[in-house]
Amino acid sequence: MPVEITMPALSPTMEEGTLSKWLVKEGDEVAAGDVIAEIETDKATMEVEAVDEGTIGKIVVEEGTQNVKVNSVIAVLLEEGESADDIDSDASQSKSQEQSSDDASAEKSDDGEAAQEQKDSEESGPSEEEKPSVPAQPAFNAEEDMEVPEGTEMVSTSVREALRDAMAEEMRADGDVFVMGEEVAEYQGAYKVTQGLLQEFGAKRVVDTPITEHGFAGLGVGAAFAGLKPIVEFMTFNFAMQAIDQIINSAAKTRYMSGGQMSSPIVFRGPNGPAARVGAQHSQDFSAWYAHVPGLIVVSPYTAADAKGLLKSAIRNPNPVVFLENELLYGQSFDVPKLDDWTVPLGKAKVVRKGADVTLVSHSMGMRYATEATEKLVESGIDVELIDLRTLRPLDMPTIVESVKKTGRCVTVEEGWPQGSIGSDIAARLMDEAFDYLDAPVARVTGKDVPLPYAANLEKLALPSTKEVIEAVNAVTYRQI
Amino acid sequence: MPKKTDAAAKSSTKANMPAFTKEEELHAYKEMLLIRRFEEKAGQMYGMGLIGGFCHLYIGQEAVVTGVHMASKKGDYSITGYRDHGHMLIVGLEPKAVMAELTGRKGGLSRGKGGSMHMFSSEERFYGGNGIVGAQVSLGTGLAFAAKYKEEDNVSLTYLGDGAANQGQVYESFNMAKLWSLPVVYIIENNKYAMGTSLERSAATTDLSQRGASFDIPGEQVDGMDVRMVRDAAERAIKHARDGKGPYILEMLTYRYRGHSMSDPAKYRSKDEVQSMRTERDPIEQVKARLLENDWATEDELKSIDKDVRAVVSEAADFATNDPEPDPDELYTDITVEV
Repeated sequence: MPVEITMPALSPTMEEGTLSKWLVKEGDEVAAGDVIAEIETDKATMEVEAVDEGTIGKIVVEEGTQNVKVNSVIAVLLEEGESADDIDSDASQSKSQEQSSDDASAEKSDDGEAAQEQKDSEESGPSEEEKPSVPAQPAFNAEEDMEVPEGTEMVSTSVREALRDAMAEEMRADGDVFVMGEEVAEYQGAYKVTQGLLQEFGAKRVVDTPITEHGFAGLGVGAAFAGLKPIVEFMTFNFAMQAIDQIINSAAKTRYMSGGQMSSPIVFRGPNGPAARVGAQHSQDFSAWYAHVPGLIVVSPYTAADAKGLLKSAIRNPNPVVFLENELLYGQSFDVPKLDDWTVPLGKAKVVRKGADVTLVSHSMGMRYATEATEKLVESGIDVELIDLRTLRPLDMPTIVESVKKTGRCVTVEEGWPQGSIGSDIAARLMDEAFDYLDAPVARVTGKDVPLPYAANLEKLALPSTKEVIEAVNAVTYRQI
Repeated sequence: MPKKTDAAAKSSTKANMPAFTKEEELHAYKEMLLIRRFEEKAGQMYGMGLIGGFCHLYIGQEAVVTGVHMASKKGDYSITGYRDHGHMLIVGLEPKAVMAELTGRKGGLSRGKGGSMHMFSSEERFYGGNGIVGAQVSLGTGLAFAAKYKEEDNVSLTYLGDGAANQGQVYESFNMAKLWSLPVVYIIENNKYAMGTSLERSAATTDLSQRGASFDIPGEQVDGMDVRMVRDAAERAIKHARDGKGPYILEMLTYRYRGHSMSDPAKYRSKDEVQSMRTERDPIEQVKARLLENDWATEDELKSIDKDVRAVVSEAADFATNDPEPDPDELYTDITVEV
């Protein structure tokens, strides 16, 4: 029976890719391990190897085709004795194929990406469950946005490109800014965030480090003490656990301990939070950890415009900034204002949608759930005010308090664990600052109190969901469902 | 026996012994004496309850910072761990301000917010005063990175103890320093005990000068009780780093007379061991003996130096005792730079 060759998932976040080149043509004999095609993922150009031997019976997807969905059939392989007539005409039927696994595992497993996000988990969840791809740009955003001058051209940009542009612009402006980390230079970034920087700025300013998080974080802080402005990239913040002593004990505390004499103008950045199917050690949200520490500025953007504007501000800021990105958002595109110097102030939350009934507060990936929930809640008649925190320290309590004075209700959404969470802190501070305005207890939607499981269904259960956000809003507004 | 009146003549008395001039001997004497008297006073003040928390005295190790400093130049960076009072005094920080920091007063170097282990000076390029064992090694490597990046002619003098020499990040730093040829001299002050654990009980290999061997970093063991030997080795090491040849390791064989901190009774070593170091190897006594032997100073002149040093220390102690505590408002300042 002919074997279907399907578009492989060559990175955990890959949902589609470009079939850039076929290295075989119809009628060619191939053996297992032969490179048959090149595919461009969201990360890199990858080779696809044949798993079985046989003859290429049909090329279903021509080279150069973009946005080829993972698991769609790209070619059909004939085994011995078969002919093209044996090819089932309905070749588009999806079928799981392990084509990709060899290529994927050839990469350093730590560089991160696992299977497609939440793709084939059981429908254990509710009907409101989000689709794998949530609309990135909330439709209700534009008229509220006072930060962008009227008439500014908006350019659709991925978070990945926005971060890269921010670094490149600041490096052009200031020779003391340099970037260091694992695979940031020649490899072009484990997640391609530093793509092109080596070519523009050279090896002096784009520095590949050995795999020594503790050592290079400390080295970066020392360089900052001496007046440079390092951007230290962690391949993920999970690995920054090795370096957290330098981040907190050296970077965050030195200004205070020196009576204001010394500061560390450094940015620690990289992906934070659960990715997709990468297991417990690679899936942790450190928002609350860093937000706990005086002396640090902690940023965690959702949109590409904020990613760019906040990273530029972070690089210019004379304090140590922990800049928490999200791997699953890297490939997501948002409108970014086309301005020579687009910055977003640190410490300022953004009211994404104005509303009167309930305040939803979130950041980073949590904004995905909050955004989708808002759309559904608005449809069902609840006037949601949605706030994207953007900066976690200093926390913009005035914006939250002002909102809660109006709505009387608050639901927080984050991927981190519940105990000692960002939401816990907001709840406590709302009791301090807006107790008389609250008409219901503050509700928190968080990741579950477990290490993140690998199995797709369990992983989905462990993370917050749109359904949970809606349920929490229903609870604080005392609605019967 | 004819009197030796010049350095060359003196050096001939002992093969390859680097010699000091009269001025250098006197300089070293004064510097080491200042550290010694300062630390003795700090110990006293701790006993009186004026200094709190941890207080790690440098008594016995004075020759290390003194000799290294004599080989360095203005603009070189230095950084160390928590036994840091000597390192601050040697780069010229005010004894009054250091002592007032020990007592947690307004006039302290960190305005009372750092304490014994946390003092810094941008002006003198002194980067602490670090309380986490080994952390200063990565930081010091970063100072060297900055020096190279800025194309400065300066080196980073990164001090660590024999205890820190077993920390992982030290080797991460060695690797990067050699890989990138950074101008850093790692000065391992081996005083034989990492808190209460002797080197033999904590280190699989006890020749710490060779800890950079797998990174091809040259290293040498130095008599850290003899300021001349220290300066001589430091000159070699600093030249190596300054010439762009990368890092260098100096293992200073030294000894601390007091316990690890004020609260350490130091029962892990014998009284005889301490006593023999004090009487036979004391860095200050060695210089003093040579000054007298060469007729470069009389007993009275040395007494007068001691008197001057005691006056400086006493003034520092008075200041540190009478200076007010920081304003309560200081609690919330210097956390971040306001932009």
